[in-house]
Amino acid sequence: MNTANDATTDAISEDPCTEQSRWTLFYRKNGRALNAFLALVLVWVFFAVNNPALFLNPLFYNAFLFSVPATIFLTTSLVFVIVSGELDLAFPSVVGAAGGVFMYSVVLGVPVIPAFFLTMGFGALIGLGIGLIVVYGRISSLVATLGLNFFILGIVNLLAQGRTISAPEAMNSFGYKLFVGKWHLFDTTLRVPNHFIWSLVWVAFCYVLFKYHRFGNRVQLVGDNTDSAREMGINIERIRVSVFVVSGVAAAITGALLVQMANMVWFPTSGKAYLLIALAALFVGGTPTWGGVGTIFGAFFGAMTVTLIPSGAVGAGFAGYWTDFIFGLVIILTMIAHRFSGARVR
Amino acid sequence: MSAASEPVVELRSIVKRFGSVEALSGVTMTVRRGEVLGLLGDNGAGKSTLIKTLAGVHDPDDGEIIVKGKVRKPWTPAAARDAGIETVFQDRALAPQHSIVTNIFMGREITNSFGLLRVQMQIDEANRLMREIGFTSKVFNPESTVGTLSGGERQGVAIARALYNQADVIVLDEPTTALSLTETQKVFRFVEAVKSSGRTVVFIGHNIYHVWDIADRFFVIDRGTEAFEGAKSSFTGADHLIEMMHQLAETGSADTSSLLEPGRE
Repeated sequence: MNTANDATTDAISEDPCTEQSRWTLFYRKNGRALNAFLALVLVWVFFAVNNPALFLNPLFYNAFLFSVPATIFLTTSLVFVIVSGELDLAFPSVVGAAGGVFMYSVVLGVPVIPAFFLTMGFGALIGLGIGLIVVYGRISSLVATLGLNFFILGIVNLLAQGRTISAPEAMNSFGYKLFVGKWHLFDTTLRVPNHFIWSLVWVAFCYVLFKYHRFGNRVQLVGDNTDSAREMGINIERIRVSVFVVSGVAAAITGALLVQMANMVWFPTSGKAYLLIALAALFVGGTPTWGGVGTIFGAFFGAMTVTLIPSGAVGAGFAGYWTDFIFGLVIILTMIAHRFSGARVR
Repeated sequence: MSAASEPVVELRSIVKRFGSVEALSGVTMTVRRGEVLGLLGDNGAGKSTLIKTLAGVHDPDDGEIIVKGKVRKPWTPAAARDAGIETVFQDRALAPQHSIVTNIFMGREITNSFGLLRVQMQIDEANRLMREIGFTSKVFNPESTVGTLSGGERQGVAIARALYNQADVIVLDEPTTALSLTETQKVFRFVEAVKSSGRTVVFIGHNIYHVWDIADRFFVIDRGTEAFEGAKSSFTGADHLIEMMHQLAETGSADTSSLLEPGRE
């Protein structure tokens, strides 16, 4: 396409340039997700060249696959919230509360699988509550969810009174193995935990919901231009409340999984560590702060990147106190990369 | 207008307040089937509020909205669109970060029973609509991002959207604002095409000559109430209409006795 000859044939037939323009078009449409993928690969390569033996050993990835799902669930659901133009800072408290609901149900004798669905229902309900407060209370979601995070965590702490709950006998149940059981991939030493598979299922679900479902479509339109969406008859209040329900369900799933990952032990603050991690993963994943557009796959790659950095940095031979520095560097560099793949159009 | 054309939309004694400000104080307006009604008024006269009321964006504080003989309540954008009123807003009501297709089907997606989008069907339909109004180009296709289009092209997207679903009444709110001459002509051709298809158009404009060329009947609003209305045939020409509007601006009322005998057409 860079020669005069191509330019003339272009006018007669579009064939010569379709191959190339298809790639250009593909990049233009998926640039943010591709950048996030590229960031993940580069971070991995950077670590791997420093300590090839460790990074080619499947054992290293056992820990990675074990810990990454929690961030994946939280980050992908946050895409809906951020794209709709809202912000959710309350999900860590929902993670903690949901873990408690799950554990309390199990202790009371509810089998693991029904307890899991009960917990998801709890997450939906609490998400609905948060959404209603934000939308009909007309409070900025940043402030409202910041307050609610403390509030919900406070209630959980008051109820728990510093106690933890454990139910080790449930580790023999079918449900436990279904959710967090591990199996060897082929005959390697790589042990894949089931909750990683569930996180992939969740990503696929979110992808379809976001990109090919009326709901995801409307979430994007509301975030892009709220007034237009309203003028075209979209019930924007319903959409805005619903994104908090999605976030609540994902936080509840995460809460119930974290409890099981910790060998059926729950402590009230289990979600606290994920607040900044999940948000960083989201932005590294290429979803911009201004709303309207976002990418589920990007969020997935972002979650992998931020999970890889702490253990990867140590594995690559950096002393522990380098972690934050590398973390910050990756975030800033990917933000700059995302600028190239698309500034905001108005 | 002849008595033969029945009213499609009737606004009766519409009152709309914003806090202590009364934007509309009892406007009664009838839109008849197949006509092009030109809505005129100075800035701040209440044109926008009236159009947004017609489009369902504002639910009036008082008064009735009757579409095809039925009183409509509650009155929302979705209700207006379901009743067959499509509005091309002054700001065009587009989502700039999304594709032409997504914008055309905003709030009205083609889906299967699970709510999943029928992507190819939407693209085909968008292609058809774009062709129908003549807004086709080699440089953009239905999947182009709206934010990369020119003002006129964006107007084309908004108009194509209004055409989908065979609406009875199409409201064009200042459609030629900030358009080039050729694009303005395109919009006018579109209005003519819609008119000859038997659909009803409500046309709002600043430029009285533009409105004069297109409309069959004029409705002039001033300070939130109806000032006067009249068929094109009751004016001696565009200058007559302009003179009356000047009079209205200066004295607060227009001398309607200068209008020619109604029903003379």
